[in-house]
Amino acid sequence: MINIKNLDKYYSDTKVLNNISIDIKKGEIFAIVGHSGAGKSTLLRCINGLEDYSDGSLIVNNKEIKALGKDQLREFRKNIGMIFQHFSLIQRKTVFENVALPMQLWGFKKEVILKKVKDLLELVGLDKKIDAYPNQLSGGQKQRVAIARALTLDPDILLSDEATSALDPNTTTSILNLLKEINEKLNITIILVTHEMEVVKQIAQKALLLEHGNIIGFDDTEELFLKPDLKMKEFLGETEVVPNEGVNIKIYFPKDNAFQSFITKMARELDMDFNIVWGKLEEINTHIVGNMVINIEEKDKEKVTNYIKEHKIIWEVL
Amino acid sequence: MFDILFPALGETIYMSFVSTFLALIIGFFLAIVLTLTSKGGLKENLKVYSILDVVINTLRSFPFIILMIVLFPVTKFLIGKSIGTTAAIIPLTIGAAPFVARLIESALKEVEIGVIEAAKSFGASDFQIIFKVMLVEALPAIISAITLTLITVIGFSAMAGAVGGGGLGDVAIKYGYYRFQTDTMIYTVLILIALVQICQSLGDYLYKITKK
Repeated sequence: MINIKNLDKYYSDTKVLNNISIDIKKGEIFAIVGHSGAGKSTLLRCINGLEDYSDGSLIVNNKEIKALGKDQLREFRKNIGMIFQHFSLIQRKTVFENVALPMQLWGFKKEVILKKVKDLLELVGLDKKIDAYPNQLSGGQKQRVAIARALTLDPDILLSDEATSALDPNTTTSILNLLKEINEKLNITIILVTHEMEVVKQIAQKALLLEHGNIIGFDDTEELFLKPDLKMKEFLGETEVVPNEGVNIKIYFPKDNAFQSFITKMARELDMDFNIVWGKLEEINTHIVGNMVINIEEKDKEKVTNYIKEHKIIWEVL
Repeated sequence: MFDILFPALGETIYMSFVSTFLALIIGFFLAIVLTLTSKGGLKENLKVYSILDVVINTLRSFPFIILMIVLFPVTKFLIGKSIGTTAAIIPLTIGAAPFVARLIESALKEVEIGVIEAAKSFGASDFQIIFKVMLVEALPAIISAITLTLITVIGFSAMAGAVGGGGLGDVAIKYGYYRFQTDTMIYTVLILIALVQICQSLGDYLYKITKK
């Protein structure tokens, strides 16, 4: 549904996006991750034409964004909702007026607007706040209003620009759950930009890692976290602290692995003791994935690696 | 004494309110052009912006009394004479319009960029963004700007006496200063204080009810 190919963007002489090529499928929750200045918001804004791109192509629903005229672009944007880090609500309008605004601008009938706004506020759980002003709401509630507003024109795609970055962890989770619900109920493709790994882990099915405008990782979320490459590790700021003596073997537990018993089984069957020196298990996109580092003596290395190979476990020697 | 003061108050109110109103119309238009054409604006056009910028700064640099004299020919062309209360409205308007333009421009600039971006994201046109989003959001600041302008114009109008415009300032100079009628001077000042106070309070009230 969204095909990006060899996309480049410059701000005067600085290249902010370099040769980006990705495909995003309908119904996917797709995360664009990176530190600030990585170009992730810029990439997101290219999708609904808030930013233009220098070279390459960006096709959404078979339309090349760059080729759209001003009015075509406005029409096209009806199909893409967007939410922002600081909610971007109009302070002087009530919740109802804020949510109704896109439909009013597009000339919808009053009764249609009224019904739609009520339905959407119910969906986001704010039907009781219909007459409140934004400054009477908490951050999470404001973002819910913004989500309702972004859905008024029945978009296929929802863009989220750091939508949870200004919220506390619990509120973040509740907003992410709402986004997930919207994704499932309305089959809306969600593309979210974030610098928070927690967000990616909680809802994204696929993730794209950006650094200085370059893709440094692009995979299913579980894969990305399961076996992070050097760049990814650097990105996550993670390094294992392991002993200098002996051999350290890292064993990965992908999502469909009955991992709990593997280590103890290996110890029993090889009749051998080893130290577990590092380990991490995480819930990613509702699957548990992780890794564990064991330390063995040099002489046992072959035995252990053969055993691991036989069991088709992903592993590496550190 | 009061038969001098009351007509003078009437003249002051007439001059100030009419010029403020006219200055608002012109200034509002200029502010919108400035906002649209500024860097990063909806219709960025730095040439138009810098020309307007220079014109506005030039007009604002004039001491009002000099501006009045410079504008004699313009006033004469527009209303057929260059002296009198109505004649004073022309320089007052032209003096205040650039001031209004700047104030409204900065009020519009204060509208959070994200709100404008959000409006774009659901397909609002530039016209809609200005009138249905930015002006709505900036209304309290614009009300403050109007209050400030009105009070400034009341101050300027004291100089209108120089072109036979009358008004309270004229009375204060003619009777209070030249003829040593201290009581008349005190009364004019008191009336002006009350007038300014009323305008400010009304402005503050309107600001309060529009600010959410």
